[in-house]
Amino acid sequence: MISKNSILIVDDEVSVRDSLCNWFLEDGFEVACAEDASKALNMLDTANYDIILADIKMPGMDGLEMLRRIKKIKPEAIVIVITAFATVDTAVQALKDGAFDYVTKPFDPDDLSHLIRNALKQINLTEENERLRTQMVDLVQVEDIIGQSEAIRSLLFEVEQVSQSNASVIITGESGTGKELIARAIHANSPRRFFPLVSVHCGALTESLLESELFGHEKGAFTGAVYNRKGRFEMADNGTIFLDEIATISSKMQVELLRVLESKSFVRVGGNKTITSDFRVICATNRDLKKMVQEGSFREDLYYRLNVVNINVPPLRERKEDIPLLADFFVQKYCTSMSRNLVKIDQSAIKRLMDYDFPGNVRELENIIERALVVGNGKEIKMKDLPLSREVPADKTESLDDLEKQHIRKILDKYSWNISRAAKALQVDRVTLYNKIKKFDLSQG
Amino acid sequence: MEIKSITLVSFGIFEKSLLKTIETDVSMAFRLPVKLAEGRTELGLFFNGERRQYDANQLLQIVNEHYTAEQEKTCGLFTVDLFIPILTYIFGQAYLNGRAAIASNYRLNNERYALPVSAELLAQRFSKEVIHELGHAFGLVHCHNASCVMRSSTYVEDIDQKSSQFCKNCHSLLEK
Repeated sequence: MISKNSILIVDDEVSVRDSLCNWFLEDGFEVACAEDASKALNMLDTANYDIILADIKMPGMDGLEMLRRIKKIKPEAIVIVITAFATVDTAVQALKDGAFDYVTKPFDPDDLSHLIRNALKQINLTEENERLRTQMVDLVQVEDIIGQSEAIRSLLFEVEQVSQSNASVIITGESGTGKELIARAIHANSPRRFFPLVSVHCGALTESLLESELFGHEKGAFTGAVYNRKGRFEMADNGTIFLDEIATISSKMQVELLRVLESKSFVRVGGNKTITSDFRVICATNRDLKKMVQEGSFREDLYYRLNVVNINVPPLRERKEDIPLLADFFVQKYCTSMSRNLVKIDQSAIKRLMDYDFPGNVRELENIIERALVVGNGKEIKMKDLPLSREVPADKTESLDDLEKQHIRKILDKYSWNISRAAKALQVDRVTLYNKIKKFDLSQG
Repeated sequence: MEIKSITLVSFGIFEKSLLKTIETDVSMAFRLPVKLAEGRTELGLFFNGERRQYDANQLLQIVNEHYTAEQEKTCGLFTVDLFIPILTYIFGQAYLNGRAAIASNYRLNNERYALPVSAELLAQRFSKEVIHELGHAFGLVHCHNASCVMRSSTYVEDIDQKSSQFCKNCHSLLEK
């Protein structure tokens, strides 16, 4: 059942109230009436109305004062101000105070219909906006961070805890573990989520570029500065700034950054006006910052300022149980983007992925899956589609037995497990090869 | 309560043929017997000199108090320009789910818009408005179906766009 929109009519004239009430009832609205502003404010305490139609001239509190009070309690309320005595001043004042519209009575029936249609459109847009924002937050939370391992669960718990505070966070972890995703998840769950998350890749910029990028610049500050430009700190006002690869910034920038973090104010390059901005800082690095502090290459005071909370993202090899889930996720992602039917991953391929150490972490797994989809047959990802299918992790090939096993598997794979041809290539007889296969527990897959 | 008939009370001079058309159309629309009656109320009492129009709220009240009966719905037919305080004019109005409705043909005539006189068009428009207002008295609210008689009309062109029939949905609500 579709819920009805509700309207509150506030007018001291009974005939006006009755007319409007009747009109809106016939239009299918739920209608309530109040004869003065104080009664209307009481009604608004206990019930919610989509649209409020209020007369300006009423005994006691007038409509404009009521409008101001309503806007204080409920800024999103749609209040339409009606008057029989229109002046430009009151119209301007009403709109300044947040009235949705201002109309002079009596008005054309068509004007009333338009007015209400516009108000309903506004309500729908606001609701839709709210719904989409919620969906966006869910998207970041649910879809991007994949895993059911203990490591990922405790990581998500940490993210949830940290999100609600305003503390600076350093996210550490190897390259490709998804540090930026964690930063996005923290932002998306924080009270700052309706404001921007501004990312800066510190490692990709030279010192002077980074300075201009972070603080902004005034026109003419340097060659090429043809416009005034807002810096990333300024853009992140009320939101979060994410400084990736923080360990790469120069000593000078470390000093500048420390000053900004302490005062939350800065001056644009080439400017003289102090700009303040309310932002939260999240940093990420794959380096050991503490060690850098000991070595003297990273300022200790900046380290302590940034490292209020430390979140470590575990490498993929420490949460191998998440590999099948992640692989499925990437298969789905790329099949959708390539407009292809969903393909399965062969069990032996999954086993091989689980055996691999992924020095490039999740990013490497993603690339492997994307490549497998491109080179594969389009129905199933098999071991041969994985670029690592014939590799055995380096740290396991220390013994002669391991090397022998690896070589025999390579030759068997090469000759598609044709024992005679493989034995010939290995220059052993077939029985010996069968014995070796048994010894090393090799199987075709 | 089961409604057994509809009464159309005329306040003003109407062509007999016009009344007959409306009587037939209303009877077909609601599948109820329709009676015609004449109103004896002095309309001058409800004239607003400032607006040079007649107060529709008061007229509706009069119809409701003096011309309605148990188990029937009544619609007052007028030839004067109706207003409610908040709007510049109305074609008619009714008590939602009540006994009474009113409608006027004052703004339905082509002559008012410098167009050729058409008694047929006037009768069609008036029928639609009377059925529309009686629909409210039967508890129906405005309908979004473009051809349904319960669609809200603010101009005569809007009335011409819709039919004199209820849409399926409004019809089923009416049956209930």
